[in-house]
Amino acid sequence: MHNRMLLASALALALAAPHARAASDKDLDEIRAQIRDLKASYEARIKALEDRLKDAEAKATEAKAEAARLPAPVAAVPVPEPPPPPMASAPPSSPSSSLAAFNPAISAILNGRYANLSQDPSQFRLAGFAPAPGAGPGKRGFSLGESEVAFSANVDHEFSGTLIFSVTPEDTVSVEEAYGIYAGAPAGFTPKLGRFFSGLGYLNEQHAHAWDFTDAPLVYQAFLGNQYQTDGLQLTWVAPTDQFFMLGGEVGSGGMFPGTDRGKNGAGSGVVFARVGGDVGYSNSWLAGVSYLRTAARERPFDWAPSFDGVTGTGGVTGTGGVTGTGTTVPFSFTGTSHVAAADFVWKWSPNGNPHTTNFKLQGEYLWRKESGELALAGDGGGGAPGSYSSRQSGWYLQGVYQFMPQWRVGLRYDRLDSGSVDAGPNAGLFPATSFDPRRSTAMVDWSPSEFSRVRLQFAQAKFAPGLTDNEWFLQYILSIGAHGAHKF
Amino acid sequence: MRSRVLFVIAASIAAWSGGGAQAAFNVFATVPEWGALVQEIGGDKVRVYTATNPLQDPHHVEARPSLIARARSADLVVATGAELEVGWLPLVLQQAGNGKVQPGAPGYFEATSQVGMLGKPQRLDRAEGDVHPMGDPHIQTDPRNIARVAAALAQRMQQLDPADAAYFKQRYDDFARRWTAALAKWEQQAAPLRGVPVVVQHKAFTYLIAWLGMKEVAALEPKPGIEPTTAHLSEVLALLQREPAKMVLRAAYQGDQASQWLAQRTKINVVVLPFTVGGTEGAKDLFGLYDDTIARLLKGIQ
Repeated sequence: MHNRMLLASALALALAAPHARAASDKDLDEIRAQIRDLKASYEARIKALEDRLKDAEAKATEAKAEAARLPAPVAAVPVPEPPPPPMASAPPSSPSSSLAAFNPAISAILNGRYANLSQDPSQFRLAGFAPAPGAGPGKRGFSLGESEVAFSANVDHEFSGTLIFSVTPEDTVSVEEAYGIYAGAPAGFTPKLGRFFSGLGYLNEQHAHAWDFTDAPLVYQAFLGNQYQTDGLQLTWVAPTDQFFMLGGEVGSGGMFPGTDRGKNGAGSGVVFARVGGDVGYSNSWLAGVSYLRTAARERPFDWAPSFDGVTGTGGVTGTGGVTGTGTTVPFSFTGTSHVAAADFVWKWSPNGNPHTTNFKLQGEYLWRKESGELALAGDGGGGAPGSYSSRQSGWYLQGVYQFMPQWRVGLRYDRLDSGSVDAGPNAGLFPATSFDPRRSTAMVDWSPSEFSRVRLQFAQAKFAPGLTDNEWFLQYILSIGAHGAHKF
Repeated sequence: MRSRVLFVIAASIAAWSGGGAQAAFNVFATVPEWGALVQEIGGDKVRVYTATNPLQDPHHVEARPSLIARARSADLVVATGAELEVGWLPLVLQQAGNGKVQPGAPGYFEATSQVGMLGKPQRLDRAEGDVHPMGDPHIQTDPRNIARVAAALAQRMQQLDPADAAYFKQRYDDFARRWTAALAKWEQQAAPLRGVPVVVQHKAFTYLIAWLGMKEVAALEPKPGIEPTTAHLSEVLALLQREPAKMVLRAAYQGDQASQWLAQRTKINVVVLPFTVGGTEGAKDLFGLYDDTIARLLKGIQ
């Protein structure tokens, strides 16, 4: 027993000893390395000082030569200052701190508003248009807007990445954008993958905090549910010419409004766009584009309120298959294809290219949408027999924003929708032809003490339906903290 | 029919691309001083595009479509760096689809990484205004920095365009010789400026003031990049009554209201400096930039 223990300790010692020696060797090596580094760095510093001395001497001789009115000597230019020598005495950095140096740029957008609306926003409908998610002027009173948190960094020498969360006042978090860009691509191509705001139209790619008005144009609300996002792949190509010309294409899942997820392989939606732009002198620059989206929906639900358009629907309305909707709205679902085409332009003026003091921006877009497929009642009885449905509708807006002195801007916007033609087949009785065109006039003034903050007062008078005028006041703030990137043109 | 239309479109794009600006060595310079420097070294073997004009505030530039188009066909991007162009250049490069000139690639050159930086803020906080975290990026106000940048830029151009390397080298050597001579001349001319107290509109002359040994007493902007306010100007006025300065320095691209306000209330001279090549009539090229700067400063102390 005793013996065995002795043996064990001897063995342990024997095993540990070389280890201990190895450790002390390692220490010695480290000390030697440190001394070497120290020496090297001092040598570098002395060399740097010597260089500077030489430099100074050379200059002194030159000055003398100049003073003596001799022809200037052919001397070397001052050599670039040597890079600062490595810090010899710096404590070895811990791994955590050096990793932190690679942290992505982080920024957050704080956004909130006060709204005074003369009409009840829960009753919001655009006459003649099937309701879209997210459309409408939003809540009355004080509310927190969407707060955004963004991370972005270069992934490596080829890729860069961006992730933008949006936190809603209802405490839900959604991924607004999450994409990688392959910047190392040659020949003018830029592939982008992930979730992003599509290149459809002009305003669509911009985040809400960069808009010049509190809310999206009516046509964006009606056709795209404020903004069209896509999960997929985008490829843009810039022509190798002095005139800016860009072509772009996107394939996506098709799961976002006006499409829905249809559980299929391949691309569920596609976008193509072309843009052209340039400068006129130093003071003017412009950008114009056309774009087209094709997507499809399966059983995209919406609540239709026929009474709203002048049809007396109280007491129940009857559609195909004899299904009756309760109250004043009828739950429908749409299955079919959706096409959106857009034309946009923006013109910016700033005196001599200096937007800091005064500048002006004129911007307009026209969107057209065609939907064709089938409409089914999705009410109490569930799936009645579907009936054919097709619609062709359009809308546009025009806005101008003028910065008349540093920090202060005023803006005007006019929105108009054309309810176009809607053929609801067997459900036609619920979709009476309307000649009413929803429209809105908006004025705003905002103040930006710096490029990171903005406070805005906006008034809009909107005619959403016949005899229904909404007077809307908004007071909004947008604050941006952290490393906020630049905004697109 | 459809395939024929597609073919015509593809063919016209190809023809258009071919006719583009690919023959010469294309350089995209962010500000006029680097455009001028590239021209000095590159002569007629380079095609230089300068993204901003001399009277444009380099801090506030829009990422315009025309800039994206020019960055697309550039072989070399010459930027100031130190976040001067942070508001637009990253966006332009990201959209340009040109892997050759992305930061980190040999086709991307930053002038400020060639010189020692001054004016690094003690405290990094946006409450301090539009601060430059990496130091004052306006290095071109000291001609010794131009020499340092030129040496590195010439090397980079030789590396990227080996066919014209000998030509670039010969032109650089010639430029460096003339620059050294001019530098000595300027320093001699500027001797009376040593120790002269000055007020600046924007903190944009750190390097000039350090080079000529002048003394910066105050700035008209309450915080960098924030417009001068009457309250702050009154403070500057009070300060100047205790500690008089000889002149107010203003870059040509800046508005003259604040400096005129001050000049009307004190006997201070307003000196408008070209700040970059083309900023004034006299600043036709890099040599003219400093000839004119020093002439104007000397006039300011009379």
